[in-house]
Amino acid sequence: MASNWVRYLAVSVAGVAGLAAAGLALAAPWNLQPAVTKIAADIHSLHEYVMILVTIIFCGVFGAMFYSVYAHRKDKGHKAAQFHESTTVEVLWTVIPLVILVIIAWPATKVVIAQKDTSQADLTIKVTGYQWKWGYDYVKGEGEGIHFLSQLATPRDQIEGRKPKGEHYLLEVDNELVVPVNKKVRILATGGDVIHAWWVPAFGAKQDAIPGFIRDIHFRAERTGVFRGQCTELCGKDHGYMPIVVRVVSADEYTKWVGEQKSKAAAAAGEPKKIAVAAKTARQ
Amino acid sequence: MSAVVDSHGHGHEHHHDHHGGYSGIMRWITTTNHKDIGTLYLWFSFIMFLVGGAMAMVIRLELFSPGLQWVNPDFFNQMTTMHGLIMVFGAIMPAFVGFANWLIPMQIGAPDMAFARMNNWSFWILPFAASLLVISFFMPGGAPGVGWTMYAPLTVQMGIGMDFTIFAVHLLGMSSIMGSINIITTILNLRAPGMTLMRMPLFCWTWLITAYLLVAAMPVLAGAVTMTLTDRHFGTSFFNAAGGGDPVLYQHIFWFFGHPEVYIIALPAFGVISQVIPAFSRKPLFGYASMVYATSAIAILSFIVWAHHMYTVGMPVTGQLFFMYATTLIAVPTGVKVFNWVATMWKGALSFETPMLFAIGFLFLFTLGGFTGLVLSLAAVDIQLHDTYYVVAHFHYVMAIGAVFAGFAGIYFWLPKWTGRMYDEKLGKWHFWLSTIFINMTFFVQHFSGLAGMPRRVPDYPLMFETWNKISSIGAFGFGLSQFLFLYIVLKAIRSGEKAKDKQWEGADSLEWTHLPSPAPYHSFETQPVIK
Repeated sequence: MASNWVRYLAVSVAGVAGLAAAGLALAAPWNLQPAVTKIAADIHSLHEYVMILVTIIFCGVFGAMFYSVYAHRKDKGHKAAQFHESTTVEVLWTVIPLVILVIIAWPATKVVIAQKDTSQADLTIKVTGYQWKWGYDYVKGEGEGIHFLSQLATPRDQIEGRKPKGEHYLLEVDNELVVPVNKKVRILATGGDVIHAWWVPAFGAKQDAIPGFIRDIHFRAERTGVFRGQCTELCGKDHGYMPIVVRVVSADEYTKWVGEQKSKAAAAAGEPKKIAVAAKTARQ
Repeated sequence: MSAVVDSHGHGHEHHHDHHGGYSGIMRWITTTNHKDIGTLYLWFSFIMFLVGGAMAMVIRLELFSPGLQWVNPDFFNQMTTMHGLIMVFGAIMPAFVGFANWLIPMQIGAPDMAFARMNNWSFWILPFAASLLVISFFMPGGAPGVGWTMYAPLTVQMGIGMDFTIFAVHLLGMSSIMGSINIITTILNLRAPGMTLMRMPLFCWTWLITAYLLVAAMPVLAGAVTMTLTDRHFGTSFFNAAGGGDPVLYQHIFWFFGHPEVYIIALPAFGVISQVIPAFSRKPLFGYASMVYATSAIAILSFIVWAHHMYTVGMPVTGQLFFMYATTLIAVPTGVKVFNWVATMWKGALSFETPMLFAIGFLFLFTLGGFTGLVLSLAAVDIQLHDTYYVVAHFHYVMAIGAVFAGFAGIYFWLPKWTGRMYDEKLGKWHFWLSTIFINMTFFVQHFSGLAGMPRRVPDYPLMFETWNKISSIGAFGFGLSQFLFLYIVLKAIRSGEKAKDKQWEGADSLEWTHLPSPAPYHSFETQPVIK
């Protein structure tokens, strides 16, 4: 009797735990982040397309295998057939996968070509990976000349568990990269010390930042908002602590932001001159 | 000793007479016997499996919650690096060399390996290489924290531990090359009369092809790490753009080794599975010839797909497309193998002893890893998933599950032949189910965190990934603990297992089952059998 109770209890605990785990799991993100660019959307549909094909093949192959496991058992008295060769079958299951690959290759090729087309950009930004922060230089287009560094803004106390972690834990920076919506932005990536990788999942844009070389990618964000990513190439101690945050704003807001940056830069550039003048006056 | 082809009556008390001139530890140090050396390889790889596994436990412990709890980021990077290197070079590769040593001479009817003394040396290099890897932890700056891929120029920033690792890789490479030359020579020259190449058990075939891959690929890795060494200390600039080099060159060289390496690990596993599935289906392997051709095709293709590990370095569009097409092609011969295995089971008389369970587990889960491989082969999708946990999930499905499950299948399958004792079938099944449940808990959820955007090789992560990481960590701890059950099962079998039959498995048909007693005598096939 007692053992029945134990079993009942164990089953209910397991059941509740299982349901709780499933509930938690449902709340957790399990798929690609919502696409903000055409390329990211294309990647999503390509991924879904391949997953559907793969699922069909999966069901076919393992349907056959598990049927065999179910039906062709020795303990059911099934006698083993002795066939072990069929050229026809071998040719068939070589050719059919080949055909499926060709069917996949066509859409896959289109996305690769689109990803690689960095021509006619509205705005060009050079991104430099440093250990462990990002440098942004607006090289061409509206805002040309703006440059700043961007690094993790999450306080040490949160990382080491002395304070509760904020909503954007590890995905927040002091200076966000600001770009206009619906404009083609070309990213020139390079590294200052070792290889880093610049990645914004919602844009479907990832590029290794390689010291001594410049490689480019592009994105055209189709809606405004703040989009977050992380460095994806192991770059030493704080590889996990150099996020990327991009704020996509309307054209007007962008112009306003550029103006602010320019005046800030002018003020900063003016600073040493003022000091020099002051020093000169003082000497006189 | 007389020929042992017909020595079924030999009691095992006789065998100790023939262990060479030494006993105790010196027997193992001086042995040139393929069975002893196979045993050494297998125990060594199991110890390394536990060491690398302990490192995985540290990784999963730190990743159980966001934030830094247990280790600092530097040490975390050292853990991921050494976990990878030790598992690939210390655990999986030596395990299959151990299988090769034990089985190839018995399966082709040869008395021993072709170069018996070199065989001793190829094993005894390994403990020194492993020691170098472990010692690097105690060097100033610790072990290298660069990932098992050891990408330049991060390697230049590392302390002296990096040099220890480089020399360890040299030693491991020498060991592998010697082992491979031995295997190639043995298979090509020592087959019994009538044992034509196309009659060999598939395990021998997959190892023959693997050995060629090793001979071709290991020197390339040695070159890559040597260039890293000279860049670090002797002022060269192979991978330094400021001196006219190129960091991406390192990646090309590394992956020219690295992709064949994937098949160096996978092909012997395919070989084991191709022995186990027919035995428990009581039916010959379906499409033997096509299995041989498919294995060769995979090996050849493996040399022209390396840059699919590098889609994000910014290759020209033609480069992306070439490597994408070549990579997807690998799905064809791999598919043929999977179809052949399923067709072998089809209309057989199946039974489900532990080796068969692990083989079916392999077939199912390896194919899952193959499917994610197809997803990753598409350059556009890979750019999104590169260096995320999706990739971690993918390669652990083919290696940590694929190769390791094949290894377990092989050990349960041949343990009766090796030791003359049976393992506990009930405990074996427990080991299978625990391993399967926990390893899927560990890695299946990593597909989700990867898709959602979690980078790999980070000690800490944004809050949205917490659920997946908790599940994954619990799975990893469970899988780790389950392996002590495996150790117990093996020790129990050796000490007090029931006596095994000479042909323990009804459907097994290779020479070690049909021509030799259990346990296989210390010297077998001194007179070669004639195969009709």
